[in-house]
Order: sequence, then structure tokens, then C-alpha cells
Amino acid sequence: MNSLRLFWVFLRVSVLSELAYRANFFLQLFESLVDLGVALAGLAVVFSYTDTLGGWRPDEVLALVGVFFLVGGAIHLVIEPSMQRFIEAVSEGTLDFTLTKPADAQFLVSIQRVEIWKLTDLVLGTGLLVFALVRMGTHLGALQAAGFAVTLVAGGIIVYSFWLMLATLSFWFVRVENILVIFQSMYEAGRWPVSLYPRWLRFSLTFLVPVAFATTVPAQALSGRLTGRTLLGAGTLAALMLVVSRLVWRAGVRRYSGASA
Amino acid sequence: MKGLVDIYRQQFKTTLASFLQYRAAIAIWMIGHILEPLIFLVVWSAVAASRGSEVGGFGAPDFAAYFIGMMLVNHATYTWIMYEFEYRIRHGSLSFALLRPLHPIHTDIVDNVSSKLITLPMMLLAAGFLAAVFKPAFHPVLWAVAAFVPAIFLAFLVRFLIEWTLALAAFWTTRVSAINQAYHVAALFLSGQVAPLALLPGPVRAVATVLPFRWTISFPLELLLGRLTPGQALAGFGAQLAWLALSLVLLRVVWRAGVRIYSAVGA
Repeated sequence: MNSLRLFWVFLRVSVLSELAYRANFFLQLFESLVDLGVALAGLAVVFSYTDTLGGWRPDEVLALVGVFFLVGGAIHLVIEPSMQRFIEAVSEGTLDFTLTKPADAQFLVSIQRVEIWKLTDLVLGTGLLVFALVRMGTHLGALQAAGFAVTLVAGGIIVYSFWLMLATLSFWFVRVENILVIFQSMYEAGRWPVSLYPRWLRFSLTFLVPVAFATTVPAQALSGRLTGRTLLGAGTLAALMLVVSRLVWRAGVRRYSGASA
Repeated sequence: MKGLVDIYRQQFKTTLASFLQYRAAIAIWMIGHILEPLIFLVVWSAVAASRGSEVGGFGAPDFAAYFIGMMLVNHATYTWIMYEFEYRIRHGSLSFALLRPLHPIHTDIVDNVSSKLITLPMMLLAAGFLAAVFKPAFHPVLWAVAAFVPAIFLAFLVRFLIEWTLALAAFWTTRVSAINQAYHVAALFLSGQVAPLALLPGPVRAVATVLPFRWTISFPLELLLGRLTPGQALAGFGAQLAWLALSLVLLRVVWRAGVRIYSAVGA
């Protein structure tokens, strides 16, 4: 409860500071719309030549792109800006201020910065998702909706833990901004069903850089091709990564020597 | 002329030495360059598979040759100047460059070529690996491969000059990210990175032919893959030379106007 209140405070501060730059909203909206347009145009070209891609119908891929924007929006909204500031804080020694606060430091670090206008990606992604579901025409059962919700949350947790672990590396190596680029580059592959990719790449996208769990798996749940095994795997991996990233975080903080200490 | 050659040689030595310090970072930035054509290669191979064997004259091995070639041609001609210039102007580091008795574009050319020399082994390795996995069909035509050499050189020059000129938009506005994105998106489709131009709708193809995009990426690749007749190749060189002349003029005009209104901290 307390953490929710904290998150609300951080969100309000971000909104207040961003409201001074209202033109940025239109800039961001333009960029998000262009991004969406590109994705749709790409799909239009591909599906002008075929009506199934590796077993996925056009509307199912459309739903996948919706999930891709939704999760990508969430990453750009909180995770990426917060982790970037965290890495800066470690190299500049200003993390001291966070560590001395009477709340969980990992939590504070993870929500400290909200790029509020990135909500546009989230909204557009959700809109696209709904549009695709309507076009699919299939009645979305409670079980499917639940499967989607569970895999989406699991995917979110997996991506968050992955980012946290990468960013925590800064306790050991200080300059890790470039490592974050690996995720950003690999995430692009999540626009398409990972089952298309050759086995080595599919493996990398599932276990090395867990893009598949964030995009393909929730989309699978929507189109009714989620197997119990995948669901169980996503849940287990999410729990495991949450614990491991917490351990890595604690080991990192123990190593941190600060600016004044 | 001799003075410029000496300057380039010296600049190369220092830039290479300093970039080598950041080779890991530069290598990480290359992941996107390898992954993007790989994604489209996989997608189009799946399309070809779903239609039996081929799409508009492209089978899976043709797509492999196309997108592996695209990866190399795009790597040879890409620049990052549009993402950097705004920073230079906002932070005033351009002021130092202006004090030197040399047009700043020369150091940018050296930076660009140096980073590519450092990443070349990695790109060739990636190309070799992808070729082993996807088994591309490569039917080189001797004259076209010979013509590829000047074509890629011209493509590099034209793309560099155009993107350098567009980067100068930062003189007038610091919100260049929207401009950069619009340009990047146009390039994505019109230069054949999403799909071979031959597979795009007619109107899109026509636009690609009028604008510089085809001539800066797709054209050298089409030559390399032996998909052009000698007449088409000549017309292509004509288009490249025309864009080269036009971009040189534009660069001069925009640069002069931009420097005149430039007012950095301390300038």
C-alpha cells in the first residue's frame, strides 16, 4: 500500500515537471503515431503476399504488435528512464541519497523517473490490441483473458528483473549504459512471432534476452495457442528472475562504496 | 589537395586509436545493424515458404542474398550524424570545430570511416555466419560486380552529404528527433530495408526512384545481385551523380545560413 502511494507521488512529480513542456506531448504523439504507422505498413506489405505467417493470421500478428507497443511503452515509461538514472547515480556517487531513505532502495530506484509522455505508446498499443481482438471476432473467454493477464504480468516481471540485473552490473563495472542497448536492439525482434526465427535465435530471444515472454507469449494467450507448459514456464521464470535479481541487487549494494563513504 | 590528404592521414591515426578504446561499445551498437536485416530475412523467408517457394521472383535463398547484402551495404553507408549534431549545437562543442581552419565535415567523414574499419571484421563474420545458416543464392555478373565498387562509393558520399545537411536542421530547432524519425522511416521503406523495392506497391517504388533513398542503398545492392541491365545501371549512376551535385549545393547553402544564425554559449 505504502509503495503504491510512493509510486503515485513519483508519478505526480513527473507529471508536474513535464506539464511545463507541453509541446513535448505532441512531439511524442507524432513519434508514436509514426512508429505505429511503420509497423502497420510493414504488416500490410508482408500480408499483401500471404495470409498466414508461420501459422499466424494477420489479426493475430496485429494483436502481437499491440502487445509489443504496450510492453515497449511500459519499458520506456518507467523501467528505462529509472534504470538510466540509477546507473548515473552509481557512477556519480549520488546513490547515497537513495540508500539513506527509509523505503526499500530497489523499489525507489525502479520508479524514480517516469517519462510521462511515453504513455502514448501504451495507449496506442492497447487501442491496437482491442482493434485486433474485435477483428479476430472470436469471443474472448474468461480463461483466455486470464491467461493473457497472467502471461503479460509475468512478461513484465521478467523484463523488469532483466533490466534491473543489467543495471545492477554498474556496481561492478560502472559504465554499463551500452549494455542496455543490447536489450533495445533485441526487443525489435519481438514485433514478430518468435516461432519464425531459427532455433538459435529463438533460444536467445527466450532465455538470454527474454523478449519472447514479454511479447509472443501474451499474444499466444490471446489467440488461444497458449499451452499449460508455456504458462507454467512463464510463471516459474518470472518468480525465479524476481528472486535472482533481488539477490544480485543486494550483492551489488553491499559492494557500493558511495561518494563520501 | 596534398594538404587535405595529410590532414586525413593524421586524423585517421588519432581517431582510430581513440575509437579502438571503445571497441566493445561500438560492437554492441552493431547488434541492431545485424538483427534488423536478419528479422526481415526471416519474415520474408516465411512468406516465401507460405506461398510454396517464391514471392515476386524471390525465393528464400534470394531473400537471404538480398538481406545479407543489405546488411553490408547499409553498414557501409550509414551515418549517425543526425543524432549527434543537435548535441553539438546545444552544448556548444561546435564552437571549437568552427575555430579550426578546416570544414568540420572532414573530421566527421574520418570518424565515420574509422568506426566502420573497426566494425568491419564483426560485420563480415556476421555475414559469413548468416550465409552458412541461410544458404543465399548469389549469381554475380562480372561487369555489375565491378560497377558495384563506384556505386557503393557514390552511395556513401550521397548519403553522407544528405544526412549531414539534414542534421543542420539543429541550427534552427533543437527538437530534431521528429525530423530524424521521419527521415529514418522514409529511408526504411524507400531504400529497400523492409522489403526489396520490387515487392513494394508501384507508387511507393516511383517515389523511391525520385528521392535519393534508392540510390544510396538499394541501387548498389541491386547491382551486386545482378538484378539490373546495363542500361538501368547507367541510369542509376546518372541519378547518383545528380544527387551528389544537388547535395553538395544544398550542403553549402544550408551550412552558410546555419552558421550565420548559430549562437552558442560563449560565441
